[in-house]
Amino acid sequence: MSGQGGAPLLRMSDVHVRLSGSHILQGVDLTVRRGGVTALLGRNGAGKTTTVKAVLGLVPSTGVIELTGGDGRTERVDGRRTHEIVRRGIGYAPEDREVFAGLTVAENLALAERRGSDHHHDRVYELFPELQKRSRQLAGTLSGGQQQMVAIARLLLNDNQLLLIDEPTKGLAPLLVAEVADVLARAAEEVTILLVEQNLTVVQRMAQDAVVIDQGRVAWSGPADDLLTDADRTRELLGVAASGGGDHR
Amino acid sequence: MKDRAVNRRNVRRLAPLVVLVVLALLPYSTLNLPGLFDGVLNSPGTLQLLALCLVFGGVALSFDLLFGFTGLLSFGHALYFAAGTYGANLLLTELGWGLGAAIAATTVLGIVLPLVIGSVALRVSGIAFSMVTLATAQVGSIIVLQDPGGLTGGEEGLAVDRTPIPDAFVGVFNTVNKYWLALAYLVLVYAVVTWVTRSRAGRVWQAIRENERRVEVLGLRPYRFKLLVFVLAGLLATLGGIVHLLLLGGSTPRVTTADFTIGLLVMVVLGGAGSRWGAVLGGVLYTYLDSRLTDLASSPAVQDLPAWLRVPLSEPLFILGTLFILVVLFVPGGIAGLVDRLGERRRGRRRPAENPPPGRAVERLRDEIGAGVGGNRPHDGV
Amino acid sequence: MTTFVLLSITGLGLAALYFLVASGLSLIFGLMDVLNFAHGAFLTIGAYGTWWAAGNLPGAGSTGWGFVLAVAFGVGVGTLVAALIELLLIRPLYQRHIEQVLVTVGLSLALVALVRAVWGSDPRPFPRPEWAQGTTSVLGANVPNDRFLLIVSAVVVLVSVLAFLRFTRVGLIIRAGVENRTMVTALGIDVRKAFTLVFAIGGAFAALAGALGGIYLGSISPGQGTSLLIFAFIVVVIGGMSSITGTAAAAVLVGLVQQFANYYAASGVGDLSVVLLLAVVLLARPSGLSARLA
Repeated sequence: MSGQGGAPLLRMSDVHVRLSGSHILQGVDLTVRRGGVTALLGRNGAGKTTTVKAVLGLVPSTGVIELTGGDGRTERVDGRRTHEIVRRGIGYAPEDREVFAGLTVAENLALAERRGSDHHHDRVYELFPELQKRSRQLAGTLSGGQQQMVAIARLLLNDNQLLLIDEPTKGLAPLLVAEVADVLARAAEEVTILLVEQNLTVVQRMAQDAVVIDQGRVAWSGPADDLLTDADRTRELLGVAASGGGDHR
Repeated sequence: MKDRAVNRRNVRRLAPLVVLVVLALLPYSTLNLPGLFDGVLNSPGTLQLLALCLVFGGVALSFDLLFGFTGLLSFGHALYFAAGTYGANLLLTELGWGLGAAIAATTVLGIVLPLVIGSVALRVSGIAFSMVTLATAQVGSIIVLQDPGGLTGGEEGLAVDRTPIPDAFVGVFNTVNKYWLALAYLVLVYAVVTWVTRSRAGRVWQAIRENERRVEVLGLRPYRFKLLVFVLAGLLATLGGIVHLLLLGGSTPRVTTADFTIGLLVMVVLGGAGSRWGAVLGGVLYTYLDSRLTDLASSPAVQDLPAWLRVPLSEPLFILGTLFILVVLFVPGGIAGLVDRLGERRRGRRRPAENPPPGRAVERLRDEIGAGVGGNRPHDGV
Repeated sequence: MTTFVLLSITGLGLAALYFLVASGLSLIFGLMDVLNFAHGAFLTIGAYGTWWAAGNLPGAGSTGWGFVLAVAFGVGVGTLVAALIELLLIRPLYQRHIEQVLVTVGLSLALVALVRAVWGSDPRPFPRPEWAQGTTSVLGANVPNDRFLLIVSAVVVLVSVLAFLRFTRVGLIIRAGVENRTMVTALGIDVRKAFTLVFAIGGAFAALAGALGGIYLGSISPGQGTSLLIFAFIVVVIGGMSSITGTAAAAVLVGLVQQFANYYAASGVGDLSVVLLLAVVLLARPSGLSARLA
């Protein structure tokens, strides 16, 4: 798999985040390699979402966060403003999807058109024909699954080099989980993905690398298979059994 | 090394006492401070100005209780001050009550009014709370200005009937007594605020300012604590209004307006929100500057300046407003914050946390009540 | 009947004034979470800018196109001041909302004091073009023309703002930003440009309100904007804090209630009823009447 040997795309070292009295990230060190899917795992409240937000500059952090661009140049992005970081080719799908409920589907996509990138409406509508049918519908009136489609469509609309996707299958029916995983697997052929995911079946299917966060620190990192095939380690780090997978919550 | 630290702590503890003694003995001084004051220190004019400064130091501190300590941005604090001056004034002048009875009744008003308004206004939070308090205070202002039945005197204000007031607080020659009254008021407010902010309620207030939701998670009801601080701050402002009435011998509609509350806000932010002595200093400084800058504007020093400098300098509010903006932009924490930072730099260490550093009040509160819920575990998505 | 018509149209004229001030406030609050206390000062600047231009600017005057030019100048100055304030004073305090509000509070003091320092605190007679001084008969009532001027201006502003929000990319960004500012930046959009823009737009509308208010009242004074501001705040809250159509509806409601109650009950009762209205709305629905922009 390409994930094993790719050059570093995102590197975080000794990243700390403190928010309203809590020391949430306590020195995170991790590397995401170019190509494939890296899964970001951990118990609820371990700091996965905050890690993703720190990369985007959505929470104030200390430490070093570096991105390597398509041209091979590595730049520090910590302390940069979110829109500048994103313009380096990052797509973000937050945990709660955060589509704009008061805008139509078409407006949601139009808003996501990023300057300096081609906009692949065809690709998006081909993947999600449902969205084309509903393009004039307010996003707030869509079902959870359809909203997730909009959130993923926003990622695939632009030319990105890294997608940060936070629990895309959360709260979805099993059929939809499979569909979302299919779409993301296809996307992963062209772009690197850092995937926060609780559903270990999805992780098993997609991820080459895995990083486990516990109490604000990286507790384990390595090939995803090594983690998921070791039931004891999985239970110890994640509090769940890997075999069986499915929705463990 | 250790001795010096102990000494320093003693100095910190003794400082308020020393200031108090100096202030109490000040009327015996015939010191002349040209430029700072027009007459010698114990001249009635200077004492009157100083007394006004002390009263507003106390009122600013009562506002700081809300804004600085609890994070409640009320735009209606003027209402409670106005209730004090107009309430006592009407009881004395219209109903001919004695001073003691009038003060007692106005004190009750100073509890009931914020209790009623606070219990309603605190059902909303953030900007909505600011708006409700602004609007309710506006009601007071409109009523006073409309002069219903010729009671409030409208824009002219309302002079107090002096017959029920003891002679000791009437007339220019007794300014010194009014000065001591103002000082007593400030001492009372300072003592009360010191006591409550160090109590458990005070720690809850600081935790609310920091993160109200987490206080709820600890199993406390923020509403009750907010209502408590709202009533206490309102009462202290009402008492300030009464003292102000005795000091000025009347009530002016200026104290009912939103601008008056904004003035309090400026005082607190200048001096340092969340700091007791900072708020008091802010109130004193603002009142002093507001008065002296007006005199300064007509002084030859300013009159001789070129027009582009003279014109803005002729407006105290322009100078105070600009100063305020500069403090907000460049001096976070106001004067108190500046002094703290300078002290820290000199000592090269953090000061012991009487006021916990930002972001620790909730933690400290949790340790104190020993609650297991909402524990140390950080939450995703915070 | 004639009284009723006159009161209604005058109330709508007042509503137009409120709307012009409140629409900018609600745009700014909706997008930036900043309650702009300096908004009243923008109104004062617009009024004095127009007044100054009518007397001093070559080509401008107090009648006809000269007056239009004077108003354009006043609005231009208001827009410029608002944009500069956002860039120089509000932007450095990015995401520190309380500090941002405090800065606008300081500005409301300083700017009004500056106007007072330059032109004195006494009211200045404001130029009123001839056609604004006449009256038009509506159902038997002689309605002063300046009311219509106010109402038409407000309607034009309302329609243009709605069209702007609906059909332009910046409008799209503003609507999205009101809903979820963070996600807008996470899509790679520099939302601060929209901040400057809404400040400029708000400043322009408030300045226009200053000029029109000058015609309506016949004179201007430095404190005018601040006294209008409190009612504009009330309109914004009743209108749902960040909704333009809600603000328009609330402005009409407040203008009419105030006008009728002040006339039929007693002077001052109208003002009190408006405050009461606010309390009722806030307690019944803490988020105001409507919840979304547009």
